[in-house]
Amino acid sequence: MREMTMAAAIREAMQQEMERDPSVILLGEDVGLHGGAFHLSHGFVEKFGSERVIDTPISEAGCTGVGIGAALTGLRPIVEFQYMDFMFCAMDQIANQAAKIRLMCGGRTSVPLVIRGPQGATGRGAQHSQSLDAYFMHTPGLKVAAPSTPYDAKGLLISAIRDPDPVVFLEHKLLYGSASPGGGSALSDESMQPLGTDVPEEPYAIPLGSADVKREGSDVTIVATMLMVHKALAAAALLAEQGISAEVVDPRSLVPLDTAALTASVKKTRRAVVVSEDCRTCGVTAEIAAVIAREAFDYLDAPVERVAAADSPIPFAPACERDVIPQVESITAAVTRAMDM
Amino acid sequence: MNEIPRIDLRGLGREELLELYRRMERARQFEEKLYYLFLTGIMPGTMHQATGQEAVAVGVCTALEEGDTITSTHRGHAHCIAKGVPVRDMMCEMFAKRGGSCRGMGGSMHLTDFDRGMLGAFGIVGAGIPIATGAALSAKVRKSGQVSIAFFGDGAINEGVFHESLNMAGLWKLPVVYVCENNHYALSMTNERSSAVPEAYRRSAGYGIPSKRVDGNDVVAVLSETRGAVDRARRGDGPFLLECLTYRIRGHARFEPGDYRDDAEVERWKKKDPIQRLRLSVVDAGLASEPDLDAIRHQEAAEIDEAVEYAKQDRDVQSADYRELIFKEPLS
Repeated sequence: MREMTMAAAIREAMQQEMERDPSVILLGEDVGLHGGAFHLSHGFVEKFGSERVIDTPISEAGCTGVGIGAALTGLRPIVEFQYMDFMFCAMDQIANQAAKIRLMCGGRTSVPLVIRGPQGATGRGAQHSQSLDAYFMHTPGLKVAAPSTPYDAKGLLISAIRDPDPVVFLEHKLLYGSASPGGGSALSDESMQPLGTDVPEEPYAIPLGSADVKREGSDVTIVATMLMVHKALAAAALLAEQGISAEVVDPRSLVPLDTAALTASVKKTRRAVVVSEDCRTCGVTAEIAAVIAREAFDYLDAPVERVAAADSPIPFAPACERDVIPQVESITAAVTRAMDM
Repeated sequence: MNEIPRIDLRGLGREELLELYRRMERARQFEEKLYYLFLTGIMPGTMHQATGQEAVAVGVCTALEEGDTITSTHRGHAHCIAKGVPVRDMMCEMFAKRGGSCRGMGGSMHLTDFDRGMLGAFGIVGAGIPIATGAALSAKVRKSGQVSIAFFGDGAINEGVFHESLNMAGLWKLPVVYVCENNHYALSMTNERSSAVPEAYRRSAGYGIPSKRVDGNDVVAVLSETRGAVDRARRGDGPFLLECLTYRIRGHARFEPGDYRDDAEVERWKKKDPIQRLRLSVVDAGLASEPDLDAIRHQEAAEIDEAVEYAKQDRDVQSADYRELIFKEPLS
């Protein structure tokens, strides 16, 4: 088995695509000489040159627009953000331009652009912690990938780079150090274990819109993304001790959303708990819960439970941050509520 | 005192001058026809006319090679015509027909034609500026020799992306020419009321980008200055900012008469109409007669009438057509 952190898997996907296709370029703050804020592109500038690995000024909107212009004229840019929170600075270019250009021109062009950046609460306070999944999911014209394992990250990023349409590629800071076995985990909760996923050396693509069952079970379906997959698995292990068999399903991308796989799992287990690190109101859990309620209504033995971040800016104080963000015990509690119905 | 100011033809030949005239007439006649069609209630949507600003679009685009690219704005009809987008495709788009340049999905504010290097008209003020900058970066990476043009109005120079883009272009010496079409008003706001430094051309100094202010109602001057800037960019000497002083004779948009302006001011600018100025200058120089020029005007008007008739007969967009156009492979 080939062990690798998610950071290394993302790096390998970018490197292999840049080797395969000279039209792939990487743009962002500190991606060149410094090798990226999280060191995902370490050594790239030496390997591919400063024309393809471009250190940009701190100009998120301008840089995203530059990526769009390059995408319209024959390149496949990857625009890296140091923190997902900074994507708000570029929201006009992402939501008004990149997402709409194909439709506005009657489908006569593509915007093959990848926008990547890390999200997740990690003790950095309100402006370096957010999970903006729902903003992008709510913007027609964007695809949204959300990997939870190194294997998925590599395969999804290769798909994203090859995609003819703009893809927002969500990464979780706490998963960068997570690995297939032996790779050294930086997960935030002692009870969580890295998933034993092999990461093949050769390039492979995981299609966007294909969910993955991370753990099979028969009593309840836990739908979770990114870091929450790992918390859901930890919760499932605890629940198993109580005789509850939880199935954990990871959509892996939010747009397209593999509603068939989610629905099939819920039809089997008859209970659903949806978990995401973005905040509750109009969030990812709201959309997925609505899909399940509509598609599997006759099969449900309990209302769909949602476990999401509190509707609050994320506080610095560790105790408060922990309260805002969904934890293993909030998932087990939601499952218990669903089972008690 | 009512003399219409002539322009220096700078040794341009008859054919070149008549082509400039033809393009400007095409843009003018196209928009005059649209205005009429809107008033008669048979055309949907809205539009922003560039009446009086045609010399900027035509002067700039005439300086370009076929592979060069432009980005445009909400006031983009003249840019498209100047870049060679067929009026028939544009008229179909205005009528939301399937034969439209954007299959009826874009409308007046988003006319686009990739085959002719028209990368898009962006309805958010300033939004096309970084996109044009990215096209220039792409040209440099691909070593294609293309030059990129960003058209924008005076209102855009206070948007953040203007400054972010000029900084990157100056830093990386990108082959891009920023064309500020200064028509003096951002809806109702004058340059002086909106900008601490109202002269757009002075703004680029902070980014190491040379610049010039030119009479934007003198098509020959615009062409000549653009040629210099484009040649420079193509040689690898980096970006340029060209501020073209002009005036929008009409209001901001279809339902906006522009009544915040002094009538005398509007009348003063009408006397500087770029099409009239070129006409009289060409006639004065003995290069063409009034009837020659009238013939061109009538030809263009007839082409546009033909485009209207064609568009009326073209297939209507169906209500579900958009569904296949959101992504390349529609989501199930």
